[in-house]
Amino acid sequence: MKNTLQFDFIADKKNNTLTIQREFDADRQLVWDCHTKRELLDKWFAPKPLTTKTKSMEFREGGHWHYAMVDPTGPEYWGLMSYQKIKPIDRYEGLDAFSNEKGEINSELPRAHWNVTFEDRGELTLVQTIVTYKSLEDLEQVIQMGMKEGMISTMERLDDLLETYKK
Amino acid sequence: MKLRRDPFQAIADPTRRAILVLLAAQTMSAGAIAEKFDVARPTISKHMQVLSECDLIAANQKGREIYYELRVDKMKDIDNWLAQFRKIWEDRYNQLDELLSTIKKNDL
Repeated sequence: MKNTLQFDFIADKKNNTLTIQREFDADRQLVWDCHTKRELLDKWFAPKPLTTKTKSMEFREGGHWHYAMVDPTGPEYWGLMSYQKIKPIDRYEGLDAFSNEKGEINSELPRAHWNVTFEDRGELTLVQTIVTYKSLEDLEQVIQMGMKEGMISTMERLDDLLETYKK
Repeated sequence: MKLRRDPFQAIADPTRRAILVLLAAQTMSAGAIAEKFDVARPTISKHMQVLSECDLIAANQKGREIYYELRVDKMKDIDNWLAQFRKIWEDRYNQLDELLSTIKKNDL
């Protein structure tokens, strides 16, 4: 059942965007709530083994979500999402940034614009997230940093990659 | 000056992916590669050109034949790009699936 849910991940180097489309087996209101309520976001946003911790959240235009992805070995990676446009339960836009525990934005590190849309797909809900960086260098910097800090899982081996090409 | 191409575009094409898989196993001549495909030789040459321009493969002249080999370092760059971010979103959304199903069960 789960494996019939659409999942597309498209990296567009020309426009410095990542487009992620995913179907969920739930109605749009519930999927929207999971994206916009702190107690629900805390349960899924950080990929395992990391966990999510919300320090403060005001889901309104001009508001923000101040959160951390917590590594079980100790380190915490703080982020601040500033909400720009909200149209329940269709879409929201925001600017994501690296920050510290106080919520001060790290201006040395790239920020990314998020455009998240929610759409009915029969019984399912389609969520499309377009993450846009200012430049290709910004995106590469984020990837390199993630790998250095061990936040991003170990690189898959070339063999595995080629294996997926064979299908 | 060599034209810079987007490697993602290069690997989006199934024939070019198949060529990369062939070259992952061994260095091959242009002729030997073309024989593996049921398409015109100039078409294969065009694909080889795109892959070369992205530095995904390297060409070496040996006698009268050109031999191609995979640039493993470049392939890993692409792997970083795609695999790392894709993995995060996959894991994240799998967790959301679980959360959604838990909430739906509790509502019943």
